[in-house]
Amino acid sequence: MKLSKFEEEMLAGKHGEPRRFALEQQIKVGGFFDAERFVEVAQVHLMADSEATGPAGVELLERFVGHGPTDCRAMVPTVTDPCSVDAHVCDSMKQPPHAKEYEDRIAAAFDAMGIMRTSTCINYQTILPPLKGEHVAFGDTGSVIYANSVCGARSNFEGGSAALWASLTGRVPAYGYHKDEVRLGKQHFRLAFQPNNWTDWGAIGALVGKRMTSYWDVPVISGIEAAPTSDDLKHFGAALASFGSTPMFHIVGVTPEAPTLADAFGGPVPDSVVIDRAMMNTFFDSYNQESRIDLVVFSAPQLSLFELRKLADLLGGRKVADGVRVFATTSPEVANAARRVGILDRITASGAVVVEGTCFYQMYAREIGQANGWSRIATNSAKLSNIISGYGYDPVLLPMDRCIETALKGQLA
Amino acid sequence: MSETTDVIKGHAGLGKKVRGKVISAHDGFSARYDLDRIKGVFSRPQHKLYGQSYVDKILVLNIAKGGVASAWMLHQMQSMDKAPKAILFNYVNPVIAQGAALAGITLMDRFGCDITEVLKTGDEVELDPELGEVRILSRASG
Repeated sequence: MKLSKFEEEMLAGKHGEPRRFALEQQIKVGGFFDAERFVEVAQVHLMADSEATGPAGVELLERFVGHGPTDCRAMVPTVTDPCSVDAHVCDSMKQPPHAKEYEDRIAAAFDAMGIMRTSTCINYQTILPPLKGEHVAFGDTGSVIYANSVCGARSNFEGGSAALWASLTGRVPAYGYHKDEVRLGKQHFRLAFQPNNWTDWGAIGALVGKRMTSYWDVPVISGIEAAPTSDDLKHFGAALASFGSTPMFHIVGVTPEAPTLADAFGGPVPDSVVIDRAMMNTFFDSYNQESRIDLVVFSAPQLSLFELRKLADLLGGRKVADGVRVFATTSPEVANAARRVGILDRITASGAVVVEGTCFYQMYAREIGQANGWSRIATNSAKLSNIISGYGYDPVLLPMDRCIETALKGQLA
Repeated sequence: MSETTDVIKGHAGLGKKVRGKVISAHDGFSARYDLDRIKGVFSRPQHKLYGQSYVDKILVLNIAKGGVASAWMLHQMQSMDKAPKAILFNYVNPVIAQGAALAGITLMDRFGCDITEVLKTGDEVELDPELGEVRILSRASG
């Protein structure tokens, strides 16, 4: 890779060991993907929940901090993805004893590095959405796909450690979705129906995601008749990125790089694969429909204020059934807003728990499942339904209203 | 086992030369979605390698799937000696490359063939990531 004078200085260690190490790692990855140079980034979104970092990641962060503030401070504004612990529910959810210790150590390291602990995966809704053409280093698949597709910003998946390197160097290798040609559509999907709710959008994301052939495959969706909302595309993108490891999509007439089909593909438009309602219903039916339910979870991505309001409306002051636990996760900022306008009280009065600054699968899901005897889970998130079976759960995917009826009834509604 | 000296070419990779036994399937991979990282086995029931150990194996799969956590997780898995010896996918994503670079796990992709068709569980291979070469040392019987 061609390096600037500043980058050569970093690589020589003139700006401290953490930045030298970070740039060395970036050069390895940049070389692997044939990057020729670096590109500076405007902001970084860093995933470092302790369930993912493990003690090895915690110790790495602390080693960097040990080099002192001059050498380890973030070079560009850096915010964080959800952590693994909400201290208010840590004990009641029976999280493992080391969870809070690791999170406290990560928090101390972030504070020392000037990394802002926003603990959110919906930074594009709640912190600072990037602009079209802006290069960023985002570290959550959902935030990357939203930034690339809906905002028109430019990011690869910068997995936890890689986002840390970007924070320390202020740049990333210029490959993949930083380049024009990679962002063009590769496959065409035509919707033969209009999605009704967030779960439909997530299911469509899953159906398209399952057909993606690699990280480099970009789907183009046509057939959408009305402008979707930010929460619609949040669920669509999160599911697409989860089922397909896909960092970008186009929706014709909606997303900024796809005013027309021809624009989306940058040339000839390939034949379309039709996604119809029967395919979506088959997808829903593929989940276990057994009536027993231990948990109802709204999470992945964290809920917006609008989603929390709908949750409160659907609960309507009724009580959750005995034997079922209900959790909704959101960001600290949204939780505060919901508290201020009375939404939080309306939800918690039903017996549901609003968890702040984390996401269900990042909360040591395997350990809390075993400790509480939880395995059957209903969720309205296609993304969560995809992740959670690896942690030993048996999910069923339902729209939010059916999830609520299930929670109130104590069995699948 | 039958002796062979076939060589498969791929894109230049990461890490050092290694030799080992293959575990292979035409399926995706995410450390967070698919693994019990404590036991070192595939834990997602739908995965084609469900229940099988990947520890110290040459892991051959189709593509990287899912989230960003694999970057940290490969690092943690290596620190516990619960990592694969090498990763060979048809296509990795940046997260797998970032994690392998940090963990020091040998990584290769972009072969001129479907690597999951060519390499089968039980084959013994030697990898030279700098040259982008996979040398098949012996084939699993059967």
